[in-house]
Amino acid sequence: MREADLVVIGGGPAGLCAAISAAESGARVLVIERNKVLGGQLVKQTHMFFGSEKQYASDRGIDIAGMLLNKLGCFNNVEILTETTVVGMYEDGVISVLHKEDVYYKIKPKAVVVSTGAFEKALAFPNNDLPGIYGAGAVQTLMNVHGVKPGDKVLMVGAGNIGLIVSYQLIQAGVEVAAILDAAPRIGGYLVHASKIRRMGVPILTSHTVKEAIGKDFVEKAIVSQVDEKFRPIAGTEKEFDVDVICISVGLTPLNELLSMRGCQMKYVPQLSGFVPIRDENYETTVEYVFAAGDATGVEEASAAMVEGYLAGLCAASKIGCTPDDFDERKSDYVKQLNDLRSGPVSRHILSGIEQIVI
Amino acid sequence: MFEKTGIPSKEMVTGKFPSIERINKGPVAVVECYKEIPCNPCETACKFNGINVGDDINNIPVLNIDNCTGCAVCLSKCPGLAIMVVDGSKSEENVQIKIPYEFLPLPERGDIVRGLDREGKYVADVTVVNVLNPKSFDRTPVITIEADRKYIYELRNIQVEA
Ligand SMILES: Cc1cc2nc3c(=O)[nH]c(=O)nc-3n(C[C@H](O)[C@H](O)[C@H](O)COP(=O)(O)OP(=O)(O)OC[C@H]3O[C@@H](n4cnc5c(N)ncnc54)[C@H](O)[C@@H]3O)c2cc1C
Ligand code: SF4
Ligand code: SF4
Repeated sequence: MREADLVVIGGGPAGLCAAISAAESGARVLVIERNKVLGGQLVKQTHMFFGSEKQYASDRGIDIAGMLLNKLGCFNNVEILTETTVVGMYEDGVISVLHKEDVYYKIKPKAVVVSTGAFEKALAFPNNDLPGIYGAGAVQTLMNVHGVKPGDKVLMVGAGNIGLIVSYQLIQAGVEVAAILDAAPRIGGYLVHASKIRRMGVPILTSHTVKEAIGKDFVEKAIVSQVDEKFRPIAGTEKEFDVDVICISVGLTPLNELLSMRGCQMKYVPQLSGFVPIRDENYETTVEYVFAAGDATGVEEASAAMVEGYLAGLCAASKIGCTPDDFDERKSDYVKQLNDLRSGPVSRHILSGIEQIVI
Repeated sequence: MFEKTGIPSKEMVTGKFPSIERINKGPVAVVECYKEIPCNPCETACKFNGINVGDDINNIPVLNIDNCTGCAVCLSKCPGLAIMVVDGSKSEENVQIKIPYEFLPLPERGDIVRGLDREGKYVADVTVVNVLNPKSFDRTPVITIEADRKYIYELRNIQVEA
């Protein structure tokens, strides 16, 4: 069994920032990431980010990942393990990892930060298993990481920020977007994003859902219909779209089986998009020495995930005896940044979700 | 309607435009950011204090008409691509409009391209008078188009034939 001081599980924006801030505090940090590259969702985001300067606003997601990695590279007390998945967290504090699908071993850290992010929700409709039906994350990975077009003509289901942004990136890649649907009566994403797709001529159909996909070996058509205020399809409103891709972007849900397995008290909070850990203001869960940050504690934005990461990393390092002199100033700066980000109307639901889990 | 379609109404658009007298004096920004979101790079990008968001980064940005020089730096920094610059000082008949444009192929100076409105509908053919794409714009080129003045409130995008 391997010993470690602070283990950060997941190398997305939250995990990278947790590692940076813990390393700055003097802790020895081990970052474990299941993918080949660090960066989490950021590595496929080719668009400019919102937020303020401190969270790298107006830089592109992929460049933000690079900047965080450069910062992390300055520390000699940080070790990084990629292509390594944490598969278990046990009552005695031991975690088990699988490296490159064949080497399996155990680590005993003094503290952990779980920053495993979120996964995409699915949508049930007839033939939703036909080839050509993708989640938005897969479309982005194909297009922006591997340079492969997912198809020629796409129907996007979901008008949240992700649906809007991925539609925009599809058009940038030379793919036609036939329409963007959303069952809600209003566009969920930022309206500046919606306007920028709309002026490319892409219709956004609110109160609409996909009823059925049609095709023999792959998607050839999508049947969509209007829905009433209870989201029930309205008969007679069906429309057909000739598309070879249906991209599903109906939201994310926190990925935190590890926290449940470890025995952290969890709560279903719709405003945070799923089951999330009960935690204190230091982002420590109900299990001592287990911290969590980022989308795993509630689906939000990279800007908030980064600041949560800094805060959780600082507090986790302090918990194992590495408290920097400026601990109080740093902590209050991070708290202020989070409050600033969340002070507007788009974050009201996030705040009401957080109220339910902070003890 | 805006929340359903993403298309701002005519009143919303004209409400964001500086007066024609100001536009006729020289280039000036039009900041089409209508809703409160946690975002402020327009403010931090401007060296002239041309846009104010203020302490709460969720505030809607406000243009300081007197300070804005129409330099177009904020166009490339706004993640919502919500800002354009209009300039009515070049001629009596025409107006010049600068828009951020992140698609390939980029048009070239002198090209005639299709001018589109906020719904993506064709408005008129327009002439490309400049293409700015310096490194500092970080892959958000700014295209200057020239068109008949009567389309000033309509033009917002272009379509470039491959
Ligand atoms: C299309 C799209 C557009 C977006 N646009 C914006 C935007 O403009 N502005 C903004 O602020 N945010 C944006 N976001 C949101 C942002 O990307 C996420 O909120 C952010 O990435 C969350 O960070 P995270 O570190 O919590 O999770 P992630 O980025 O998801 O990282 C989690 C990491 O953990 C790893 N992991 C998971 N489980 C394990 C395990 N068991 N063992 C080892 N590793 C594991 C994963 O491989 C991943 O690398 C966007 C998201 C998408 C999908
Ligand atoms: S156009 Fe230039 S001067 Fe005007 S607000 Fe934008 S950056 Fe400032
Ligand atoms: S940078 Fe753009 S999207 Fe952000 S607040 Fe300013 S105008 Fe709005």
